[in-house]
Amino acid sequence: MSKPLDNLGKIRKSLNRRNRSEQLFRWYGRIAIMIGLAAVLVLFTDIVSKGNGAFRITYLQLEVNYDQELIGVDNLADPRQLAQGDWQVILKQALRNQFPDVSGRGDKRRLNALVSNGAGFDLKDRLVANPLLLGETETVWVLADDDIDTYYKSWLDGEPYAARLTDKQVEWITQLHDQGKIRLQFNSNLFTRGDSREPEQAGIRGAVMGSLLTLILTLILSFPIGVAAAIYLEEFAPKNGWTDFIEVNINNLAAVPSIIFGLLGLAIFINFFHVPRSVPIVGGLVLTLMTLPTIIITSRAAIKSVPPSIREAALGMGASKYQMVLHHVLPLALPGMLTGAIIGMAQALGESAPLLMIGMVAFIVDIPGGFSDPATVLPVQIFLWADSPERAFIEKTSAAIMVLLSFLIVMNTTAVWLRKRLERRW
Amino acid sequence: MNEANLATPAAAANAEKVEAKIEVKLDAKQNLEVADDQVTVGQCFTDAPKMTMRNVNVFYDDKQAIHNVSIDIAQNEVIAMIGPSGCGKSTFLRSLNRMNDTVESCRVEGEICMDGEDLYAPKLDVVELRARVGMVFQKPNPFPKSIYDNVAYGPKIHGLADTRVDLDEIVENSLRRASLWDEVKERLHQSGTGLSGGQQQRLCIARAIAVSPEVILMDEPCSALDPIATAKIEELIEELSENFTIAIVTHSMQQAARVSHRTAYFHLGRLIEVNPTEQVFTMPEHELTEAYITGRFG
Repeated sequence: MSKPLDNLGKIRKSLNRRNRSEQLFRWYGRIAIMIGLAAVLVLFTDIVSKGNGAFRITYLQLEVNYDQELIGVDNLADPRQLAQGDWQVILKQALRNQFPDVSGRGDKRRLNALVSNGAGFDLKDRLVANPLLLGETETVWVLADDDIDTYYKSWLDGEPYAARLTDKQVEWITQLHDQGKIRLQFNSNLFTRGDSREPEQAGIRGAVMGSLLTLILTLILSFPIGVAAAIYLEEFAPKNGWTDFIEVNINNLAAVPSIIFGLLGLAIFINFFHVPRSVPIVGGLVLTLMTLPTIIITSRAAIKSVPPSIREAALGMGASKYQMVLHHVLPLALPGMLTGAIIGMAQALGESAPLLMIGMVAFIVDIPGGFSDPATVLPVQIFLWADSPERAFIEKTSAAIMVLLSFLIVMNTTAVWLRKRLERRW
Repeated sequence: MNEANLATPAAAANAEKVEAKIEVKLDAKQNLEVADDQVTVGQCFTDAPKMTMRNVNVFYDDKQAIHNVSIDIAQNEVIAMIGPSGCGKSTFLRSLNRMNDTVESCRVEGEICMDGEDLYAPKLDVVELRARVGMVFQKPNPFPKSIYDNVAYGPKIHGLADTRVDLDEIVENSLRRASLWDEVKERLHQSGTGLSGGQQQRLCIARAIAVSPEVILMDEPCSALDPIATAKIEELIEELSENFTIAIVTHSMQQAARVSHRTAYFHLGRLIEVNPTEQVFTMPEHELTEAYITGRFG
């Protein structure tokens, strides 16, 4: 037996060691967090630096004459005429007026390539909105072609990329720049249009709407089903081999690769039930299957965290089990359930693999207006653009990623806010 | 091996009284085993019982927690159940309003009746039973709702109040009877969880009496409270006994002595002795009771 004095010495000696290990441990934690933050920072700076260019796009200023003869339209109220009219031709005319000394077929073609080949339809819309312009001349800013856009932006940044342009085209752009007839504008197309083969006309509106419709359906289906399953399993089901079996399977489903859910959706919903392909209905169904396990698991955890004393209090008052669940357990578990649901939704929003299997990877220009309209979703749109050869799609891809990330940030912030807001202490 | 050890004091209990007492003292820090055929001594039964329990056995899976307990609880009496930790007094109390139903492994045998009606009959609805037999728990457990809603919860789910005015009246009366009204009348719509521990427990009592139960079960209602709050609750129990039958489990012998009319001593799942409280604390009939109240174990 040692004397108390010896003990004190020993304690003091060990104290230094313990403090040292604690300091070390803290530093491990800090370093781990720094690594995580650095990764996020690199990701965000990379995406933002690549993508911020996409929010501005190049426009050219031209003197356009809305010539009835050239377009082939005399009655703006006739939709057939509008559809058959040659709208691009007045742009070609305007370009020729701008650069009168261009001659030869090749040069003329290259001159015409300065403007987007969808810019004529913008003029059509302009004319329909203001029919008095027919036959008149107007100075308008028209959308430039994506190669021009890419070159002009890179030229402004001091690293011109002219690989896809001829020397003459570069010269024309320089002239336009000197005359102040080329400029960058806010790219509203990005947010108002659907997908396009032409990068300068492509927008994410279609994908955003597709994601929204798909997610709404996923939420409507998976939240009630998941919560009901979780409540039954936690509160009503007898604890026996069957419930253990179900629990193991639910946990398994949560870890199944999402592409398998896509295959399942393809086999069951499309091949067996003949739900149409590429539509938010089938996407929502597949994503419901995928998010259900997440929602069930988080909801069960939320229900478990409700203190047993509250249940006892309710039962002791003569509440039936249903009343106990409805009046006490559910309100207390709701913040956790909502958090789980939002995390599940965020997961679903970022999911692309299962949707590839059910045809939501199709090239869709129209903006979906309902659950049965063909649609694609944001992550698939990112995949499609990343896969496209046009250089201008690089910044578009990053811009779409930024939009997706901001949706995710909003959702996850809402989850934290909801939890803080609804959390009740007992 | 355990059984061999335990057999010795069991045999000793049947031997001469002096020897038995020595045995008890020797084993004071360990298990004081009681014989399987232990019969409860004292006045277990009353002439006009509110509740009657006969040969009650409670099991958790294969483990028997309560052995052959028979006892009556009289109308408007306060009966205290005391005993060392793990003696089964809480289990027994919880079988009186079938709170043990929530424990899946728990099984109750024997007969538990209130006013002659079998509480374990298949056709009996536990919801009705728990409205008639209220319960106050060890840890104050108000709902995380307003004080008003806490008290109004029972009347609401049982449909006791027809109008808002009726409900207000029930809430006020219950809070008054729980001696809480004056402290909370200005803040009825603040959260019940914001009250102090003692106030929370009185809120739980108010909540229990709001549905006018016939019997109130209290499971160590003061064990989480300070002495002042405890004194208030004890005072309250005395007042409540005018209208209610109360069964209280307590760890504190002083509390049993202060509030109860009769005291039941439980030991290792067996009911050892039931007698008027005064007698239990002055001249206990059984040596185990004596050993416990004189503080030799427990």
